[in-house]
Amino acid sequence: MTPLPSQSDTPLVRVHDLSVRFAGTPPVHAVNNVSFDLAPGEVLGILGESGSGKSVTLKTLLRLLPERKTRITGTIEVDGQDVLSLQGRALADHRGGVASMIFQDPSLALDPVYTIGQQIAETVIRHEGASKTDAMARALEMLELVRIPSARRRLDNYPHEMSGGMRQRAMIALALACRPKLLLADEPTTALDATVQIQILLLLRDLQQELGMGVIFVTHDIGVAVEVSDRLAVMYAGSFVETGSVRDVIRDARHPYSKGLLAANLVGAVPGTRLDAVPGAPPALSALPEGCSFAPRCAHAEAACSASPIPVWTGGDGRWARCVQASRAEAMAGAGGRS
Amino acid sequence: MISFILRRILYTVPIMLGVSLVCFALVHISPGDPLVSILPPDASVELQQQMMAIYGFDRSYPEQFLRWLGRAVQGDLGNSIATGRPVASEVFNAVGNTLILAVTATIIGFTLGGLFGFVAGYFRDSWIDKLATAISVIGVSVPHYWLGMVMVIIFSVELRWLPATGAGPGGSSQWIWDWEHMQYLILPAITMSVIPMGIVARTVRALVADILQQEFVSGLRAKGLLDRGVLAHVIKNAAPTALAVMGLQLGYLLGGSILIETVFSWPGTGFLLGQAIFQRDLPLLQGTILVLAMFFVILNLLVDVAQTSLDPRLQRG
Ligand SMILES: Nc1ncnc2c1ncn2[C@@H]1O[C@H](COP(=O)(O)OP(=O)(O)OP(=O)(O)O)[C@@H](O)[C@H]1O
Ligand SMILES: [Mg+2]
Repeated sequence: MTPLPSQSDTPLVRVHDLSVRFAGTPPVHAVNNVSFDLAPGEVLGILGESGSGKSVTLKTLLRLLPERKTRITGTIEVDGQDVLSLQGRALADHRGGVASMIFQDPSLALDPVYTIGQQIAETVIRHEGASKTDAMARALEMLELVRIPSARRRLDNYPHEMSGGMRQRAMIALALACRPKLLLADEPTTALDATVQIQILLLLRDLQQELGMGVIFVTHDIGVAVEVSDRLAVMYAGSFVETGSVRDVIRDARHPYSKGLLAANLVGAVPGTRLDAVPGAPPALSALPEGCSFAPRCAHAEAACSASPIPVWTGGDGRWARCVQASRAEAMAGAGGRS
Repeated sequence: MISFILRRILYTVPIMLGVSLVCFALVHISPGDPLVSILPPDASVELQQQMMAIYGFDRSYPEQFLRWLGRAVQGDLGNSIATGRPVASEVFNAVGNTLILAVTATIIGFTLGGLFGFVAGYFRDSWIDKLATAISVIGVSVPHYWLGMVMVIIFSVELRWLPATGAGPGGSSQWIWDWEHMQYLILPAITMSVIPMGIVARTVRALVADILQQEFVSGLRAKGLLDRGVLAHVIKNAAPTALAVMGLQLGYLLGGSILIETVFSWPGTGFLLGQAIFQRDLPLLQGTILVLAMFFVILNLLVDVAQTSLDPRLQRG
């Protein structure tokens, strides 16, 4: 994996206190006070179970959510641009130009009545004003880059004429066609067979190293997250509960939710393992409990857990966990050390 | 693709045979004496039998069918009992007039319907959507002969802007594309366009709304397409289904509308059919129905082929 970037780099992505709420009765609090930075060339894995708000977080970075029913607060900066204030053509330039996205299910995310070549070329024409011929040449180049066999013939294929793995490769080619600085990958391997999953994962890792873009990789599969990420963020009920380098989080998780996930899944962490080993179910995003939203499921919950705000434990190297116990254990250890 | 078209054409042969059998049977199953309209009430039994023999009504049904079919294939649909003129030329003339009316109504209906539907689906739940939906619901539910009569009352009787009936000055049935004739076309064409407009608008609205819900539209926006780029994708995705619906509507219109053509005395197939029924003119009735049925078969064929060539998912099957 790429070496951890030094702290002095200006971050490629800077998300501060991001909350996303969907209007409705009752409103859905899909993302709650999420903050993180991503350095250029860094890979952040967001780990969380189904419905924890991973996709909504990514879509917010591209402003893909339905404008009328979505309320976004906080700030998002990508490559120095204030994403939440972008409008019209500037927003379109951001999408696919600066940041692009790979979707979970390529058979749904590609237009069924356009060929793969057309779909890639269209993006290149849109962002670079290339001629049709040049754009097609780029499309071919991209298909070769993602190692699609007999790429020239595949240019004229419609999505339904390709296998699942091939389609996801094409999707990746499409996302990378304009050399974005930021790639958002939303469970890009979940819809695929296990063997194909590994190939796509290796491809993504190689491409990330080759092209050096920043990646936010969303998954509910610990094995996958560990395989591709530099840093991990554990997401629960719309909030980040813990972040840190992969090594630190894996070795020494501080939040009971992360601990539970790891204890259940890390032994022989194989891609394909699902996060279902923590007993209970997450709370409804329309009725989040006061304080720590994991408390109702937590074996160590106490009275302090249902009061806001929950104290944050911080370690070195951008590492933190939002948990009453983690912060108290640290305080006691610190006090004990000094006496 | 070519083999698909050939196969599809082959399929139509048994369909056409079946259709012509049904045409023949329907007309002969219905009760009543086919010669009642031309024979004087006091005609002798000999005269009756003579006439039966001339028209071939004295033979067995299978024989009658085969003889009729054999001649029909050569373009001879017999002679009208009421006028004595060849059915083929009567029908041919009427088809021409119906075509003029239907194609004009189609152009008006599809353009407006497609436009309303698209705008409504694209801006779903906005006031534009509600307006367009209201118009299309009215279009589908208002009885069109009633609408036709209202139009005649307003524009012909009260305002005296446009003629009420016929297809040309002085009852001429020879169509010419000039203002003299075209003013006869305006009211029936608008009346007739209201139904396909409503249906096309509803279909296109549902289609567009459904397409916009699909994830690939997010994909299109995610790669930075502007609204007009997304629009092109939506249109191309909606086209095959919209076309199929339009094809069927076109079929209905080409069949002619007995009601509208009667209200406006427009000398098309619907009008002719009405005449044939009321006068019990069997050869004319058979011939008209047969030609209309063939129209539908061929139109379905064309729609299928067009749809297949537009939608890559249907090809290579
Ligand atoms: N457009 C929307 N309108 C209303 N609610 C939404 C919308 N999009 C997502 N949600 C809600 O936001 C919550 C988070 O959804 P999200 O898709 O981010 O989950 P996820 O972590 O990606 O889960 P999965 O692993 O199943 O993909 C869910 O409860 C979902 O119902
Ligand atoms: Mg998701």
